[in-house]
Amino acid sequence: MSTATSNQQAGPAGALGKRRPLGDRLFQILALAAGLLVLAILILIAVTTSQQASSWFSAEGLSGVFSTAWNPSTNKFGALGFVYGTAISSLIAIIIAVPLSLGIALLLTEVVPRRWSRPIVYLIDLLAVVPSVVWGLWGILVLAPWLQKIYTSIGNGVKGTPVLGSLFGPPVSGASFFTAGLILAFMITPIITSLSREVIATVPVIDREGAYALGATRWEMIRGAVWPHSQAGIVGSILLGLGRAMGETIAAALVIGSSVQITSHLFAPGDSMPAVIANEFGEASGTFRAALIGLGVLLFALTIIINIIARSVVARSTRRSRGA
Amino acid sequence: MHRVRIQKAAVAGGVSLAAVALVAACSSSGSGSGGASSSASASSSSGSGGSTSANVSGTLNASGSTFQTTFQQAAIQAIKQTDPNLTVNYGGGGSGKGRTDLASGVVDFAGSDSPIPAKEVAGFKGAKILYFPVVIGPIAISYNLSGVKNLKLDGPTTAKIFDGTIKTWNDPAIKALNPGATLPSTAITIARRSDSSGTTQNFSEFLVKSAPGVWKLGSSSTISWPSNSRGGTGNGGVDSIVKSTPGAIGYVDYSDAKASNLSMASVKNSSGSFVAPSASSASAAAANATVAPDLTFSAIWASGASSYPVTYQSWDLVNAATKKAAAVKAYLSYLLGDGQKLLPELNYAPLPASIDAKAKAQLSEIK
Repeated sequence: MSTATSNQQAGPAGALGKRRPLGDRLFQILALAAGLLVLAILILIAVTTSQQASSWFSAEGLSGVFSTAWNPSTNKFGALGFVYGTAISSLIAIIIAVPLSLGIALLLTEVVPRRWSRPIVYLIDLLAVVPSVVWGLWGILVLAPWLQKIYTSIGNGVKGTPVLGSLFGPPVSGASFFTAGLILAFMITPIITSLSREVIATVPVIDREGAYALGATRWEMIRGAVWPHSQAGIVGSILLGLGRAMGETIAAALVIGSSVQITSHLFAPGDSMPAVIANEFGEASGTFRAALIGLGVLLFALTIIINIIARSVVARSTRRSRGA
Repeated sequence: MHRVRIQKAAVAGGVSLAAVALVAACSSSGSGSGGASSSASASSSSGSGGSTSANVSGTLNASGSTFQTTFQQAAIQAIKQTDPNLTVNYGGGGSGKGRTDLASGVVDFAGSDSPIPAKEVAGFKGAKILYFPVVIGPIAISYNLSGVKNLKLDGPTTAKIFDGTIKTWNDPAIKALNPGATLPSTAITIARRSDSSGTTQNFSEFLVKSAPGVWKLGSSSTISWPSNSRGGTGNGGVDSIVKSTPGAIGYVDYSDAKASNLSMASVKNSSGSFVAPSASSASAAAANATVAPDLTFSAIWASGASSYPVTYQSWDLVNAATKKAAAVKAYLSYLLGDGQKLLPELNYAPLPASIDAKAKAQLSEIK
């Protein structure tokens, strides 16, 4: 988006006051148009979806929209259950995927010799090209029945225990918040891995060797030389993964269980914002349809907020590391 | 400096990724056959387009009821033999999507499992919409219970099973209906749709009509089921839950239940007799339904001793002033004529002769 404004500062060749050659002007117009198009598409999406969702907001009011009651047969369309499901499943995904991804990224950059890291990178990138519907179908047909047994035994084990019982106790279901979180974790691991690997690879060799020269172990080198340099980029890649997890539609729709509820039980079926849009749009009309589009608007707003946070985090720690 | 640039790229990627995710999430409203085939050249050489008009050409786009999809696909293949130049694209997507598409003029006809609801009428801006019933089919109540054949259920008991009041198979209410059967103490697992569906709409309508006062969850394409129920996507999803879970019970379109060899319960109808789902018992229910002048009717809970009470119907909706009158007429007259012969093989039920005749007569109203 910055293409339109930043092409003047470097001062391209060409005398002042004279008309610039046709090629330059064409290029400027083309670049400007491309930049504006992205902006225009975003604004158009925001405007049309908000417009189509307006009857939801006017029919339900603020308290109706942020209530937990979702029952199309009685015209109750509260969004909170879906917001909760989206938040919980993405949180589970992030908790599982971040240590896994950073571990793989550090393994590839710091531990494994270069000629072995190539094939591993290819394998991980292959995970990223698995279509989400395949993840979802695998999740519901293979993983969920298998997890159901594990959930049941965990659930019976922790039943009655204060905190664990309310997190992992019964009721359990193969399709649940946790299954969705697990599938989402698999899906975002390649993204976080490859981005943080690239960030870590940009740490100057001189810094690493300096740390070793001071007698640092490998772990101390990673903590002292790699981490300060790559912190911002890694946070950025995690938030990128979070955005993907929140917006993932069809895989979540298949494995989350499609049962709107706010509960502390992670093994219970739930529902998320993109999942309910995918599942229920086909037969929806009137306020129901407006409510589903409205959920899309809410999701849009949430992802924008996440991205703004990501930008500010990255910008702040970039400033700090530059100052150091 | 290099480092900073990479980070910026990562975040910019984040924004565009989020945008793409949103487009994917919301675009289903107007997607699909946009202006793909504006070649509306329905060369009306066949004049008024009678019942067996040949040489019709053109492209018809349609979307809507997924219940009709199998039938539409079979009919689209079959009509190629008589009208090789007629192309029909049936997009599915659900009845709600079909009606929205028809209202906005995106499609030439729409499949819908229910008449246009009052709150959608305004969207059609006064256009005259004709209803053509094309297919009926039973909804089977299928179950997984080894050793129990010919399970019998009535409305109130079914309602109590599906709202979670009855929790085990040896419940006195089920025993009372099945005196001869040995019912195990297995817990009941409710299998239901996780996506919104005309099947859910019509199944819940049956519960509303047959169990007044007992069924309190209402009738809609999505129901707030008990939270311990298990959701499956599409008829196939419910099928596989029932098949893989001992003690499960679910509602599935008969054609799918038949295809996956599930046991199906006989259901008590309004005349008090227990009827098993089949093409003929569904046709009997439709024949006993009260048909309105605009050809809307409901075969759910129809009278008659041989009527299967959970029978539903689907219409093709057409704008009477459609620009492709000849092609629409030719295709619909095929669906109502020879097309009906395809239905038993697909495990749907053909229209009873009385309704079929009325629908054929209505073809002349397409101008």
